Amino acid sequence: MSEAPDVLKPDPVIGPGHSYGSITEKIASIVDTGRQPKFWWVGFGVGFALLQLFLVSAVWLLWKGVGVWGINNPVGWGFAIINLVWWIGIGHAGTLISAILLLLRQDWRTSINRFAEAMTLFAVACAGMFPLLHMGRPWFFYWLMPYPNTFGMWPQFRSPLVWDVFAISTYALASALFWFIGLIPDLATLRDRAGDRVGRFIYGTLAMGWRGSAIHWYRYEVAYLLLAGLATPLVVSVHTVVSFDFAIGIIPGWHATIFPPYFVAGAIYAGFAMVLTLAIPIRWMYGLQDFITARHLRNMAKVMLATGLIVAYGYMMEAFMAWYSAGPYEAALLDHRLFGAFAHIFWALIAVNVVIPQVLWFPQVRRSTTALFCVAMVVNVGMWLERYLIVVTSLSRDFLPSSWGEYHATGWDWATFIGTIGLFLTLMFLFVRVLPLISIFEMRTLVPGDSKGRGGSDE
Amino acid sequence: MNDVHAVYGLMVEFASTDDLLDGCCTTRDAGFKKIDAFSPAPIHGLTEAIGYQGKGWIAKTVFIGGLLGALTGFGLQAWTSAVAYPLNIGGRPYVSWPAFIPITFEMTILVAVLAAVFGMLAWNKLPQPYHPVFNVQRFKLASSDRFFLVVESIDAKFDRDQTRTFLEGLDNAVGVYDVEY
Repeated sequence: MSEAPDVLKPDPVIGPGHSYGSITEKIASIVDTGRQPKFWWVGFGVGFALLQLFLVSAVWLLWKGVGVWGINNPVGWGFAIINLVWWIGIGHAGTLISAILLLLRQDWRTSINRFAEAMTLFAVACAGMFPLLHMGRPWFFYWLMPYPNTFGMWPQFRSPLVWDVFAISTYALASALFWFIGLIPDLATLRDRAGDRVGRFIYGTLAMGWRGSAIHWYRYEVAYLLLAGLATPLVVSVHTVVSFDFAIGIIPGWHATIFPPYFVAGAIYAGFAMVLTLAIPIRWMYGLQDFITARHLRNMAKVMLATGLIVAYGYMMEAFMAWYSAGPYEAALLDHRLFGAFAHIFWALIAVNVVIPQVLWFPQVRRSTTALFCVAMVVNVGMWLERYLIVVTSLSRDFLPSSWGEYHATGWDWATFIGTIGLFLTLMFLFVRVLPLISIFEMRTLVPGDSKGRGGSDE
Repeated sequence: MNDVHAVYGLMVEFASTDDLLDGCCTTRDAGFKKIDAFSPAPIHGLTEAIGYQGKGWIAKTVFIGGLLGALTGFGLQAWTSAVAYPLNIGGRPYVSWPAFIPITFEMTILVAVLAAVFGMLAWNKLPQPYHPVFNVQRFKLASSDRFFLVVESIDAKFDRDQTRTFLEGLDNAVGVYDVEY
């Protein structure tokens, strides 16, 4: 391959002058010096306070029953499913970064994959809270699983809700294992750097005796690549199955073939927005501009722009098909969304999810961290509104006007939702405190002039 | 052939990947078979440099896992729907296979992922809390920025003094250490 002229080469994915030692020191010292910046305490404090709100609302829900939420007939899903889909979607960017970009050999993914995967895991944990609490009696959650029981009953495997159970639990388990496997060599680094017996014991146990043997690395890399190959179709399938929860139903506004691709694109869109929301403060907080460079932020902005356009196409096709199908119920629903009781939400959604993100076309916006952070926050809100619109409009306006109803979220709905943001922040800040937030060993492979371009011994 | 089992082997330290690769090639070409290299990051070409002739068992493990997952997933759904708990709804077929595909797919991925993770650990014989290489003080740096090569004492050519001299003569060797049990 001929060398490209300097002006055409992309910026390096790691700041100049780094070696194996300096990378190890920079990343591992965030964990093992034990002192955290003030910002960490503020962030953790806010997250922990909101987590208490979550605990209170969960206890109140279990005490009184699901009636404390705004769900009713006909809107039986409400916030629980809106938030489930929102959180699961956010998680998808983590898997996209860690798996799909690995397969595509995008080496800029290296410095963001670890905390993006952590984000996936914690987002899935938050998502899982909603169907569990929505059951009202979460201690019977195991009824969802196929197991021999004295009722002689089995789950209905033809139901998308059962598919969802399998898809989300597989996703949670696979993401956790993928994340843990990626952590093993870094846990060994922390074990070897630990100053006290407690640290050595904990990190040593988790590292399982990893010693960086050449043969171990070889098997490790094969397994890691295969895991990436398995996670790629998995992540696409998960949001597809989530969209089946809607699309398999015959309710107007849900029964559309555009749903699976449009949901997957929306998930990636929301996920990259959340990665940016986290990456921008984290790199500033710990001075990691050498590792999470301006190029990383620019690339993420471009992915957001592209997936945002796919989502906009989804909205357009939804409206087009509703008109083109000539189905009176679909057309009526479209009318309700565009001009009826839900018009304010619909047009707000178009503004925040379609119009505002178009500023990402401008390189100045992609270069400014403040502007990027603002756009990412706008998209976070926009993707939540999208799910609100899908769940609430369709359920409250189905075929018979006599079965129409209104949906109003209660304070407890909001408390539970904001509470899971607390759960997410608490887990995220604890993760940053006790585990390396950037993959140390993968960053080492980016050091220029080392371990690259050198074939086997027979050259 | 003295002192075969008095030590686990001899360890030599390097400061860069290129030195490690050169050292491994020289040692392999000198006829040593039982050698292993340790590095803080995967190094392309290192397995060839230590003369490792392994087969790709990981991929096969994962394939078998995926197959088992697919069969279990589909089998479970078909058996429960047709045998254990048949529900006749409007005369529709019991084994309505298109509806079983999503769960079959998820089960394929799930078992393949488990096979990849636990297969990798099993083939690497991990978890292994104790290994003689950890007895070398300097080996702490193998997870940071140093590179190590070990010649094990079970190697047919191993001789504690001669091998030590040989290893000390490798280009850019930083130091040679005994690996005690």
